[in-house]
Amino acid sequence: MGNNDYIIEMLNITKEFPGIKANDNVTLQLKKGEIHALLGENGAGKSTLMSILFGLYQPTSGMIKKNGKEVKINNPNDANALNIGMVHQHFKLVECFSVLDNIILGIEPTKGLFLSKKGARDKVVALSDKYGLKVDPDAIISDITVGMQQRTEILKMLYRDNEILIFDEPTAVLTPQEIEELMKIMKNLAKEGKSILFITHKLNEIMETADRCTILRKGKYIGTVDIKDTTKEELSKMMVGRNVNFKVDKQPAKPTETVLKIENMTVPSKMHKNNAVKNVSFNVRRGEIVCIAGIDGNGQTEFVHALTGLEKMTEGKIFFDGADITNASIRERSKSGISHIPEDRHKHGLVLDYTLEQNMVLQRYWDTEFQKGGFIKQGAVRAFAERLIDQYDVRSGQGPITIARSMSGGNQQKAIIAREIDKNPDLLVAVQPTRGLDVGAIEYIHSQLVAQRDKGKAVLLVSLELDEVMNVSDRILVMYEGEIVGQLYPDKTTVEELGLYMAGAKKDVVPAEMNS
Amino acid sequence: MFLLLKYTLLYAVVLMLVALGGMFSERSGVINIALEGIMAIGGLAGILVLSIFGGTLSPSSLVVLSILASALAGMIYSLLLGFSAITLKADQTIGGTALNMLATAAAVVIVKAYNNAAGGGNGSASSKLSYSNNAFIFTAGPLTYNIFLIIGIVLLIVSYVFLYKTKYGLRLRSCGEHPQAADSVGINVYKWRYAGVMISGFLGGLGGFAYIVPSVSIWNFEVGVTGFGFLALAVMIFGQWKPFRIAAAAVFFAIFKSLANIADATALSNLHLSQNIYNMMPFIASMIILALTSKNSQAPKAEGIPYDKGAR
Repeated sequence: MGNNDYIIEMLNITKEFPGIKANDNVTLQLKKGEIHALLGENGAGKSTLMSILFGLYQPTSGMIKKNGKEVKINNPNDANALNIGMVHQHFKLVECFSVLDNIILGIEPTKGLFLSKKGARDKVVALSDKYGLKVDPDAIISDITVGMQQRTEILKMLYRDNEILIFDEPTAVLTPQEIEELMKIMKNLAKEGKSILFITHKLNEIMETADRCTILRKGKYIGTVDIKDTTKEELSKMMVGRNVNFKVDKQPAKPTETVLKIENMTVPSKMHKNNAVKNVSFNVRRGEIVCIAGIDGNGQTEFVHALTGLEKMTEGKIFFDGADITNASIRERSKSGISHIPEDRHKHGLVLDYTLEQNMVLQRYWDTEFQKGGFIKQGAVRAFAERLIDQYDVRSGQGPITIARSMSGGNQQKAIIAREIDKNPDLLVAVQPTRGLDVGAIEYIHSQLVAQRDKGKAVLLVSLELDEVMNVSDRILVMYEGEIVGQLYPDKTTVEELGLYMAGAKKDVVPAEMNS
Repeated sequence: MFLLLKYTLLYAVVLMLVALGGMFSERSGVINIALEGIMAIGGLAGILVLSIFGGTLSPSSLVVLSILASALAGMIYSLLLGFSAITLKADQTIGGTALNMLATAAAVVIVKAYNNAAGGGNGSASSKLSYSNNAFIFTAGPLTYNIFLIIGIVLLIVSYVFLYKTKYGLRLRSCGEHPQAADSVGINVYKWRYAGVMISGFLGGLGGFAYIVPSVSIWNFEVGVTGFGFLALAVMIFGQWKPFRIAAAAVFFAIFKSLANIADATALSNLHLSQNIYNMMPFIASMIILALTSKNSQAPKAEGIPYDKGAR
């Protein structure tokens, strides 16, 4: 194959940050008109590599070629001049601007001194018709859906006549329907001759859309494969470096006494006038994993907030280990043995501008282990953090003193899980603990949940992923419009039946006292 | 009644100019709490020009020169804020407060030194300057106006057009809302923030001069600009960082401020209220209004946060 088949080549790229080699001799070659997936675990160096291509970072060594000629990309303007565009994981859109203003920002068409948007508007409308990118150019960004915001980002690239389109984990923020639509759009773009780089760790999406795939592991180049000659299992093995078990390994549950008892819980909604959680009652026992399944927005968030003390409930009672904790504070609940892996790790899980070690002692810095006379024992905190980092394989640039904000999402999640499980809780409340994580990390977290159960602890898992619900839980409670509408057992039900309950098509009267 | 109108126009123009200045700075992402100090420095520069060249230059060139001097002085002084807030990424509120403290003190030192040199150097100079303001004032119908009214209206329209109808305005606003987005499309955030701060210095300096010159012919620099810079901040917030709303807010605040000036000369004196009560009114009004309206504030999202290219 001649060199000219490649539109972009990144050859032997190495990028070092203080304390970490994010890319180590990585090579990536993109053919014209292909969809090329870039696969790797959280923190494998995918985003760094793409940031180098987009001019946000400079490589420590290595070479970038376009159409066989060496190029230097010092900033996003250079990338743009080479027709390279990028949809960032966190959109780069000004929220109070219109779609059109966001698209033209930086290359505004003018007439004399003034903006002249007419021609730009026509071009945007033509582009959105051509590629099926439905979006109203005059809508304000903060008023439109995440899917539309993403289409705005794509239009931004097309408006600049970009030939090479980089998508940085584009599906992480989308609903299943939006993901399907995005896949169609990407195939469409490739058919029209655009070359696409697609960063992801979701194997199904790669199998469905990509032509080829380059795999990175811990910053190193592992290989490039043709998708039609490979399987999901092979890809995940290349990514993680070992065989990945998609099925969770576990023995049947041996539940013992009840640890959590919820009676007639009702929680008001912040979004609308109705109650988000309506008269919910159930028990969780030691030695079992109970999963609350349901489609997003059916009251799970409010339920967990009421259980952990983040929100007040209007009716009902919560008993934990026999004690009434209905009016207990968040700290009292935490100290009595409830751990919480929150849904929103940035809002409720970490103080992003604190260091990793500070985050790890957030719920116990007052223990005599970590303080004396009101002063923090730095040494004890450091040793504690180092133990957790080691034990739970939390990867970061500078170890315990890394600022949480600078860590990758997967490692932030691992840090929270380390902190919560190490407290040795009697009840672990885990809300979507594997969201946005790669298969290796998911497997690890699932095994940790099962290990908790086997130690005789109770686990309450809230999940939107059907695979997770079916594989991990011992008992499933389906939540629909704030009510428990069914109690199922994974070995006695099917995904289809579960789906019917989640969609509200099937509904049982579940007895208030549910024990097994 | 004419008196009320006269003072209202006078104060409204000042508040509007300075609040527009604050708006440009904050729209680019830099909180400008230093408006008070910038006004003092601008006023000082303009008055020094009047004092030094008064009598030697023709009235019209004196007007042009002094106005330009005040605006340029404000602009240069605001560079200090830009340097600390943008280049050094310092806390913008602290930097601005420091500039406020520096400005009044520096103005007093400069005026005393100037008077001292003029008075033979016996060391007992005052911090007051007197000047002639006739060239700034003209009469039409029953009212006297000052030249800043016209300048203010022109600058209001220019500000609106600049902010919303040119690519420069679009870029400046994007830096205050989402600097990472601006950076990703090749806009130099640092450059635009400096531009915002400097425009703010230009308007603030001009506003300081417009406050001092038309109303009196002697000014004691120990009082700075008597809190007008802070009032302008309130006007900017009440005006929701939008030019025409700022103009309307400025008129509203100016009415309260004017009441104090006319209280003695009109029917209001029959109420036998202390002058101090009227003097307090604009500040009390701003506290109440800001307490009530700050909840649905439309402040630029990224204002006050130093931009750092490396942060995620």
